[in-house]
Amino acid sequence: MKNKIIPIFLSIFFIIIFFIFYKGLQIPNIYIPKIDVKKSIPIFEAAILENDNQINSEDIFEENKFYLLNIWASWCLPCRDEHSLLINLNNQRDINIIGLNYKDNYENAKKFLKELGSPYKIVLLDKDGTIAIEWGAYGVPETFLIYNKKIIKKIIGPLDKNSMIEITELIK
Amino acid sequence: MNIFKYLIVIFFVFSFYTSNAQDKNTHNKITKNLRCLICQGQSVYDSDSEFANSVKILVEKKLNEGLNEKQIYDYLKNKYGEWILYDPEFTKNTYFLWLLPIFFFIIGGAIIFKLFIKRKN
Amino acid sequence: MASSIGLYSLFFGLSSSFLIIFFSIRNFKNLNIFDNKIISLTFLQLLFVIISFIGLILSFVNSDFSNETVYNHSHTTKPLFYKISGTWGNHEGSLLLWLLVLTLFIFIFLITSKQQNKQYRILTLLFQQIIIIGFFIFIIKTSNPFNYIFPVPIEGLGLNPILQDPALAIHPPILYLGYVGSSIIFSSTLAATTLKYISKEWAKHIKQWVLISWIFLTLGILLGSIWAYYELGWGGFWFWDPVENVSLMPWLALTTLLHCILVLEKRLTLTSWVVVLSISTFTLSMSGTFLVRSGILNSVHTFANDPDRGLFILIFLFCLIFLALFIFFFFHKVQVKDLNNFHWLSKETSILINNWFMMYFLTVVLIGTIYPIFLEVISSEKISVGPPFYNKLIIPFLIPFLLAMAIGPKLKWIKSDLQNKLNLILFLVVSILLSAFIVRMLNINFLLNTILVSSAFYLFFVTSVDFLTKKFKNLSQNIAHFGFSLFVLSILFNNIFSTEIITNLKIGETFKTEKFEINFQNIEKNKEQNFVSIIGKFSVENLDGNSTIMEPELRIYNQPNIVTSEADIKTNIFEDKFMTMNIVQNQEYFNIRYQTKPFMIWIWISVLLISFGGLKSLFIKRYEK
Repeated sequence: MKNKIIPIFLSIFFIIIFFIFYKGLQIPNIYIPKIDVKKSIPIFEAAILENDNQINSEDIFEENKFYLLNIWASWCLPCRDEHSLLINLNNQRDINIIGLNYKDNYENAKKFLKELGSPYKIVLLDKDGTIAIEWGAYGVPETFLIYNKKIIKKIIGPLDKNSMIEITELIK
Repeated sequence: MNIFKYLIVIFFVFSFYTSNAQDKNTHNKITKNLRCLICQGQSVYDSDSEFANSVKILVEKKLNEGLNEKQIYDYLKNKYGEWILYDPEFTKNTYFLWLLPIFFFIIGGAIIFKLFIKRKN
Repeated sequence: MASSIGLYSLFFGLSSSFLIIFFSIRNFKNLNIFDNKIISLTFLQLLFVIISFIGLILSFVNSDFSNETVYNHSHTTKPLFYKISGTWGNHEGSLLLWLLVLTLFIFIFLITSKQQNKQYRILTLLFQQIIIIGFFIFIIKTSNPFNYIFPVPIEGLGLNPILQDPALAIHPPILYLGYVGSSIIFSSTLAATTLKYISKEWAKHIKQWVLISWIFLTLGILLGSIWAYYELGWGGFWFWDPVENVSLMPWLALTTLLHCILVLEKRLTLTSWVVVLSISTFTLSMSGTFLVRSGILNSVHTFANDPDRGLFILIFLFCLIFLALFIFFFFHKVQVKDLNNFHWLSKETSILINNWFMMYFLTVVLIGTIYPIFLEVISSEKISVGPPFYNKLIIPFLIPFLLAMAIGPKLKWIKSDLQNKLNLILFLVVSILLSAFIVRMLNINFLLNTILVSSAFYLFFVTSVDFLTKKFKNLSQNIAHFGFSLFVLSILFNNIFSTEIITNLKIGETFKTEKFEINFQNIEKNKEQNFVSIIGKFSVENLDGNSTIMEPELRIYNQPNIVTSEADIKTNIFEDKFMTMNIVQNQEYFNIRYQTKPFMIWIWISVLLISFGGLKSLFIKRYEK
């Protein structure tokens, strides 16, 4: 009887391992940070594109208003694609869109906005990318929907029709 | 035997110079421990991607602000989750990770001792 | 055309399996005469796989884009050498390489084992056929290298330029000879267990195969690390990346097995453990294949991820595991003769200690690699396990391990007396005193490092003295252990004495530190066969006034559209000088990283020495004192 214990135990052990690996295969490999907890927006200081002043984020984000923070750069091709969607949103809805220009050249950024138009109420400069990190972003483009100084939704990658629909639902 | 004494002296001299290496600073240590989130398996220290470079600048800023290593890790963990750290912290999620190997080591030693070593009668 | 032949050849190869099985079973009961048809059929199967493999190579060489694999992984402008090596640089082609090694090794096994028990040979062949059939089906069903696409594209999607490197071209074949070669050990162990043939004669026979597999695996891993160092541009050679770990685990099991076979060969004991290790080695290889190709792990060099393939390998792997478990528990009887009482100061015990530590290292690597998967399945938390984990758990244990490596080989079988061991103990005492003395002079953080260095030195001294005074009992073991001490020492000194400078420079600028002066002289642009090359010219002058010209390069490929950074590495026996260059976004500056890395070349040389030790054991008889 004692001889049977080890093989039975091992068989059960390996069956369990099998199922864990089986389940593991079905989990997607891309890491998306948890966004179900509504995090507070970071407090930071940044330079403004339009003039050479600094501004504190506390002065930008007010209560009871919706904001969209869009991280973009002139060298980022998907940012060009989503730009027109942002302009439409700005025209059609009552929402303030704040731009965060990420690791960009000043002249190129201005050219970009001149060429494609600007949906942004204000454009902040993030020369070294550290402000984007404050927001927990890791690339461009990324967009955050904000209300009462909390992040309600985070979109990684360029905006498309679906994400625009989601946003318009949420800001009603 | 004389060769040995010679070699031992050389070794001693070598070790003396190791005091220089202490200067490898905390910045490198921290960035080596951070995962570059947009790369496929590289640390922030090794990577040259935009994200990695920004993190390097951020770590430097935080160090200058006076934060210590743990505080910087906590800060980044807060933004990106535990996945960004290569050194898994010892939390309830990782007890088994750290303890299982040690456990096996002890069990292995016990088995070997009990089963194989002749006890003096 | 070549692709069609390749595909048909695969089917023929699979069919031969069934013929082989038929004739083998029929011949099994006849205890006397070995049916040579079986060997011919095995050779035929090998031939079919070779033809199939050549078919794929030709498709690559001819840039036959009607073949989906060639389309995905090749390009007309790729140099010929890399078109050929591109054959096995992708998922489907590498599986064909698996089959090639599986069929080649079993054929060689059959023709070199003619003095062995006939039933044992047939049964080994049968077990190996199970694995071979599994792979045939896997390839044909999920990973066909001969898929036809229509309309035929004019141009291929190109191979990643990082993979166009000579070291990486031969890394898979060499690695697979070791990695896949352990299948023979698996099959023959199962066969020997079933027939109750585990004996000294069997151990002697299988030892050759363990050595062959081990040597190739060591060299294969070495090549992978050399490639990483020279190609990937971060100056490191081992990152505890899952794919690296997956090749290291069978190596650890194989090294342990090698030591155990020594014991089994001399003194019939530890039989059960040898069987377990043999089975585990190949199981680890298969598990590694699963982890890397299924997409379950996130890593630098995974193949294209496909959960369907993952499921197949998973089921196949666990079938093999359960088969092995069944055979072990049903057939293996622990021999009463097994002498299991070892004196504490004996060679047997020192090998047990080796096993103890090696298995510990194996569990560290295994748990570190797999734990994130388990955690994510059970609790949806995602964590990373990286170098700090492995370093913390492995490095402290290296210290007693190195000491055991020095003392172990000097002990006698059964029992050693303490009298002639006085010298060894004296060395140990000296090493410890020295470390304590040094530690008091340096920062306390260095305690671990200096003890580690001193134990590595201890092994180094003991093995070199043995070599020089010809007092070694076994030359191959002496060389291999010496190589290992050199390996540890090179890595330690490399870590301690490396320096690095990172800075941004414009053309004409100079960067000064206490020890170096780096001047950015100019830039040269060239157009090559499949990329545009930007070479930066830097002069690095050190304190002595000696200057070196470093020329790191940036390559802009058109197919696929990526930029790679080629480090300039100047190697000599004392140190490597290492420089990489990157464009800083949107500015005229270049980001320069300059490292001096002492003793790098000794890391590679020491691993070569270790393999050489194994190689020597394969060819020359050992004279045991």
